[in-house]
Amino acid sequence: MARIFAYIEHRNGATDDSALEIAAAARRIDATASPTAIVTGWGSDLDAVSTALLASYGQVWKIAKEALAYPNAEVVRKALVSLLPPDAILLIPHTHFGIDLGPGLSIKLNAAFVSDVLAIEGVEGANLKAIRQEFGGQVSAHVRCDISSGAVITIRPGAFKPVESVPAGGQVVDKSPEVGALEAGRRYLETIVAESVDVDITKHPVLVSIGRGIQEKDNVTIAEELAHAIGTVVSCSRPVVDAKWLPKSRQVGSSGQTVRPKIYLACGISGSFQHLAGLKGNPFIIAINKNPRAPIFQVANVGIVDDILEFLPELTDKLRAMGGNKASAA
Amino acid sequence: MEILVCVRRVPDTSENEIQLNTLGNDIERDDLVYSVNEPDNYAVEEALQIVAKTGGNVTVVTVGGEDDEEILRREMAMGASHGVLISDEAFEGSDGKGVATTLKSYIQKNPFDLILTGVQAEDGAAQVGGMLAAMLDYPFASLVTAIEILEGKELKITREIESGNKEVNEIDLPCVLSIQTGINEPRYVGMRGIRQVASVSIPTLGASELDIDSGAVGRDAAKVKRMDYFVPALGKGADVLKGSREQNINELVDLLKAQGGLQ
Repeated sequence: MARIFAYIEHRNGATDDSALEIAAAARRIDATASPTAIVTGWGSDLDAVSTALLASYGQVWKIAKEALAYPNAEVVRKALVSLLPPDAILLIPHTHFGIDLGPGLSIKLNAAFVSDVLAIEGVEGANLKAIRQEFGGQVSAHVRCDISSGAVITIRPGAFKPVESVPAGGQVVDKSPEVGALEAGRRYLETIVAESVDVDITKHPVLVSIGRGIQEKDNVTIAEELAHAIGTVVSCSRPVVDAKWLPKSRQVGSSGQTVRPKIYLACGISGSFQHLAGLKGNPFIIAINKNPRAPIFQVANVGIVDDILEFLPELTDKLRAMGGNKASAA
Repeated sequence: MEILVCVRRVPDTSENEIQLNTLGNDIERDDLVYSVNEPDNYAVEEALQIVAKTGGNVTVVTVGGEDDEEILRREMAMGASHGVLISDEAFEGSDGKGVATTLKSYIQKNPFDLILTGVQAEDGAAQVGGMLAAMLDYPFASLVTAIEILEGKELKITREIESGNKEVNEIDLPCVLSIQTGINEPRYVGMRGIRQVASVSIPTLGASELDIDSGAVGRDAAKVKRMDYFVPALGKGADVLKGSREQNINELVDLLKAQGGLQ
């Protein structure tokens, strides 16, 4: 079995859950393997992360270069290509960074590429069997991947249950001297942090959240009236922001806000994993969608198959008729 | 600027419930509504807005079959100058690398200043753009949400990253960018526009025209193969309310109260 590597993302000297989730994915490929974590960066943050990773990986490769101070995927790719053995199996989180890095890296390594993997069923001979989703999560697919010349596999955040225990006595290996030139045709300039806004969807215990099912801008009022009757605000999924019906600050999801409401009314939201990634704290989810196969029904507590454009106004009327009911201020 | 946009025809998930066929080895494709992959449409709009400033042409290309010509025509009705259909039995069963190899051969014979793709297809893996860039040794950026033309052979691009933040980069031309939805507002295509391009000829290119080694593409070359589709057994899943709308509303109000959402 080829050697397994895990590329670990980190920020401000710390990793997130993906470090342990990827260790779990590696064990699904080879239960006996001791995967090697790879971290790239510059400065004291990198040293802190390298040492911390010894708690979950038997070996850590540290690549410290000033050109890697910001994780520019084009530069990281060059560093990895100069270090990885020919048949390496490399696992990467399926994030904004992993999407940037994975496909091109697989070409430069002449390795197979499988993205956004939810589960790994095992390896038979040269073939790895994995599960992905297509069509926004409406169906899943088994995928067979020939890993005989290596593989780059991106792992969906949250899909694997983290593992913690590893053999003690691991070490950090500084691979920086083995890395070649890192000039790239793409140069990082700056990060623009999302602006703070008047309506903060992260502060509300109940959210009325709308998706593509709201259909047009004028219909957003329907959700706003319901939110007002409950005493909260309207949040949304990506298509609503893409269509410019609500500002980006209202978007729940991996590229939007992370919210922790007690109750989440998902109205006309299909429930893509990118959307659900922004929904934390195990809220009580009520899904209203006219498509009975919408993936949101797999994760919701209560589902109603109905057209939100008709259902929501009647719900609003009912709440108003009950007279002045307002949300708990909790 | 000469811009190539790689597009695909996919089942439209906003118009279809995707179900398994009776054999369970594919999705049920009868009666599916197909359209141009949504992010690809944003990519075409972005290309059109760039050439409106810089001059030049937008070419749309797809790797597929004769059914796929309709989306090339649709994007030409939006304003793309040229459409190219790359089609050959040799390409059937290609994985992402096979599709990228095919596009690379076309681009090596027909160079462009800028190549755009959509960030991901409905049934895809967000892979072809990054693979294509690596094969051509062009720089690449994914999830692009803004493009600014700089002096010389450079662009300033903005990428979407976590938590609503954005990452700004400079990138050398020629390059490949994968375009995220929301970057612009794609123009409406009316019947009149479609009619105007109805008789424009769209060339079809095969493996021999592109000098593609048929061993490098297609089913046999694919290292990654989809074996089946399935609908996973649900975990607990939602407790679906089966009453009339009025009953469901009453039950929902009770639930909101019970969960502390109303006082």
